[in-house]
Amino acid sequence: MINPYIYVAFILSLPVTVKPWQMVIISFITGMLMDAFSSTPGLHMAATTLMGYLRIHYIRATTTKEDLEGRIIPSISQKGIVWFTVYAFSLIFTHHLVLFFLEIYGFSEFFSTLIRALVSALITLLLIITGQLLFYRSKVRNG
Amino acid sequence: MRNLIFFISKYYVFFMFFGLEIFSFIIIYRFNRYQKASFVNYTTGVTSSFYSAVSNTQQYFSLRRINDSLQIENAKLRSQLFSSYYQNGLSVKNINDTLYKQQYEYVAATVVNNSVTKRNNYLTLNRGSLHGIEPQMGVISESGIVGIVLSVSPRYCTVLSLLNNNCKISAKVKKNGAFGSLVWDGENPRIARLLDVNKHVPVASNDLIITSNYSTIFPEGIPIGKIYTHTLDAGDNFHTIKVELFTDFSTVSTVYVIRNLLKPEQQTLESTLKN
Repeated sequence: MINPYIYVAFILSLPVTVKPWQMVIISFITGMLMDAFSSTPGLHMAATTLMGYLRIHYIRATTTKEDLEGRIIPSISQKGIVWFTVYAFSLIFTHHLVLFFLEIYGFSEFFSTLIRALVSALITLLLIITGQLLFYRSKVRNG
Repeated sequence: MRNLIFFISKYYVFFMFFGLEIFSFIIIYRFNRYQKASFVNYTTGVTSSFYSAVSNTQQYFSLRRINDSLQIENAKLRSQLFSSYYQNGLSVKNINDTLYKQQYEYVAATVVNNSVTKRNNYLTLNRGSLHGIEPQMGVISESGIVGIVLSVSPRYCTVLSLLNNNCKISAKVKKNGAFGSLVWDGENPRIARLLDVNKHVPVASNDLIITSNYSTIFPEGIPIGKIYTHTLDAGDNFHTIKVELFTDFSTVSTVYVIRNLLKPEQQTLESTLKN
């Protein structure tokens, strides 16, 4: 059973200049909306809030001053495909792992849940990268 | 004190994150258990109208299929009509029958939201307490069982699908009456597992699985599926049976909710045992 959650692309592609507290609130509200529509109280909330919090630190550690001044959004065209893949996959996988383990509510099916999270995360990543390649105009950096 | 304020102001993002996570987990603990899935009720009002609009559009495209299944069902019901039986007796008397008392009533409903890909799946139907739906009622489709009503709002109800970790349905093998409980292992939405069938009971592929008479939710004898594979591991006391379900959860759209008119009586009687 594979169920990718593409909505995480929203959290991934917020601008790097978003302030940490805004980031936490935005990801929390995103999860709340998802919960309302999938009738899963709290699951998406917990997963997206964690994801948003980890994003703050990931972005802080890997962006340069130029990125911040350029107010870029983390995307393939701005930061390159390798950077984006590592960035997106680590956050998506964390999100899916937390979500799927909260959904099953225990470790009784540990390995099957782990594999489900991994495969779903890979599919989500693939869809997000495809979307980026299709819809984002590639900008030439610094001429 | 100043140090404390400094500490908090330095790590305020972490504290905010931590607080929101705690809040999420409280919600998960409070609402996510099987009996307490009532959180759905709060959001049902808003999201159901959205789902209704989507479902209305989707239904338009599957009218032909629905029409076919209705026709088949009509034909089946028509063949059960009193007028389609040959009258053997010479005179027909209308007797107010005390031997046969109606026990089950059926309420037709339409699925407005459904999922099959998650580990815990739920359905939403467009019937609610205004139509006499209550929690713990059985839900069937024209081909087999679907699930159990979980929570009810005035115009909608949510159904714990058979494809759910928390759903356990009492079933039996039609051929010899051996009973067990039917659960879903989360892999294939067409396949469920029948547990607790003793190893001395002979089972074979394609044996019919029906609901048992031990439940107050479903009438006895509603078809569930047929045996797909069965194995008996060495040293195991129970068969490992995989059941191919008759209900295709990915296309189910018209369902019937079952009201058991004698259920309160049976439950009142049984509750006196527990005290």
